[in-house]
Amino acid sequence: MTTGYNFAYLNEQTKRMIRRALLKAVAIPGYQVPFASREMPMPYGWGTGGVQVTASILTPEDTLKVIDQGADDTTNAVSIRKFFVRTAGIATTEETAKASIIQTRHRVPETALSENQILVYQVPIPEPLRFLEPRETETRKMHALEEYGIMHVKLYEDIARHGHIATSYAYPAKVNGRYVFDPSPIPKFDNPKLDNCAALQLFGAGREKRIYALPPYTEVKSLDFEDHPFSVQKWDEPCALCGSRDTYLDEIILDDKGKRMFVCSDTDHCRKARGEEAA
Amino acid sequence: MTGPLLAADNISKFYDGRVACDKVSFELWPGEVLAVVGESGSGKTTLLKCLSMQIALSSGRVLYSLRDGRMESLADLSEAERRFLMRTDWGFVHQDPREGLRMGVSAGANVGERLMAVGERHYGRIRDTALDWLDRVEIAGDRIDDSPRHYSGGMRQRLQIARNLVTAPRLVFMDEPTGGLDVSVQARLLDLLRGLVRSLGLSVIIVTHDLAVARLLSTRILVMQQGKVIETGLTDQVLEDPQAPYTQLLVSSVLQV
Repeated sequence: MTTGYNFAYLNEQTKRMIRRALLKAVAIPGYQVPFASREMPMPYGWGTGGVQVTASILTPEDTLKVIDQGADDTTNAVSIRKFFVRTAGIATTEETAKASIIQTRHRVPETALSENQILVYQVPIPEPLRFLEPRETETRKMHALEEYGIMHVKLYEDIARHGHIATSYAYPAKVNGRYVFDPSPIPKFDNPKLDNCAALQLFGAGREKRIYALPPYTEVKSLDFEDHPFSVQKWDEPCALCGSRDTYLDEIILDDKGKRMFVCSDTDHCRKARGEEAA
Repeated sequence: MTGPLLAADNISKFYDGRVACDKVSFELWPGEVLAVVGESGSGKTTLLKCLSMQIALSSGRVLYSLRDGRMESLADLSEAERRFLMRTDWGFVHQDPREGLRMGVSAGANVGERLMAVGERHYGRIRDTALDWLDRVEIAGDRIDDSPRHYSGGMRQRLQIARNLVTAPRLVFMDEPTGGLDVSVQARLLDLLRGLVRSLGLSVIIVTHDLAVARLLSTRILVMQQGKVIETGLTDQVLEDPQAPYTQLLVSSVLQV
């Protein structure tokens, strides 16, 4: 652990400010709370929002797991985990069940989460209406007045062009019957896992300076049409490593002659399924 | 319906002390088409924006008869009620269709947007309604998935009209709907508009500098000059026998072919 820094890098006033934003976010599920995002020692887009949220809720007794695209050994995950080991000296793990805080980008772990866990998302664009209505003043008003018809315009457009809802990630959902939110770039495969989840889920967007949250057991309903109901991705073959048929699979290109394989994107879950010990 | 649909009561609008609209009062009755004519800068568009609550009034009030029969001052409605009114009970046809259309999405989505905004969640029904409306504004059904970017000016304008009428509004504001179109396209559009207004029993407030448009569409006319209403009456009466000197000038300066 590096000395000379406050515990978990951020100073106490900053943590307090972020915790206040977090409390407000938990009180109003799905509402985007503005916060004074700080410069972090990593570039925007690398998870500065998630890192600030994690830093604010971290205690010395916590065990941290960091994943990027479901994997523990990718660059982003490794560097964020190292960052907290250096600045907070906390224990880390690759096992979902053993972690008390999981910071993620792109995936929700396949293993069901418990009430004692917190899932922290790194969010690039918190505003689901952004690409339909670029004015922030207008989108805030639309959230306030619950004018979400335009979200369905996007889904309509998908069906008109592709014959089905082709939005496959950052799939908009309605939280607790009120706010439409962007669940960050997780695949829509993971949307059902957000619904009625036992763990607290926190979302931090560093560049956009927004925090939002899903308290445990909150209803999250993915938007859809009556005659085109929400559905998740399916694969024709099982995971090439563990044989699982109910997990999210990544396609891996093996050579330049068209060989490929599909494997679980959640490395920890895949390893468990094969009966191997964590690395 | 026993009273007027909309009543303007002494509306004034000043821009930085300059008068744009000066104590305008009138009543619009259900099914009536009112034309506001006058030269550029006479306050026509400002009046339209004031009536549709796009800009705040300096003084006066606009009363509107809501669907439940109450006559309310628009300024007293909450913003949520006003916005709801705008996307259900009202339509707004802009001169430039790009302002009124969502250019990034297909024609079908443009027509369907208002339906989805009021809670329609059945793709098939939305599409059927959109097809029906495209047909009514004479756009071929196979263009439903095209972007309005690939439409001609006249088609865009007709699409904008369909998009506005899909929720069966009672009042439609039109700001120079035929401006920027060539004469033959104008004639077709006017024909179409006239048919729709009659068959749907719409009330319309139409701003135009083109007296021919006013004559073809409107039942009553309001002539404006420098922010004031200088003459008002039945369209045919005013255009046949203008009383105010300015109206006489306006009528006599129409080009004859």
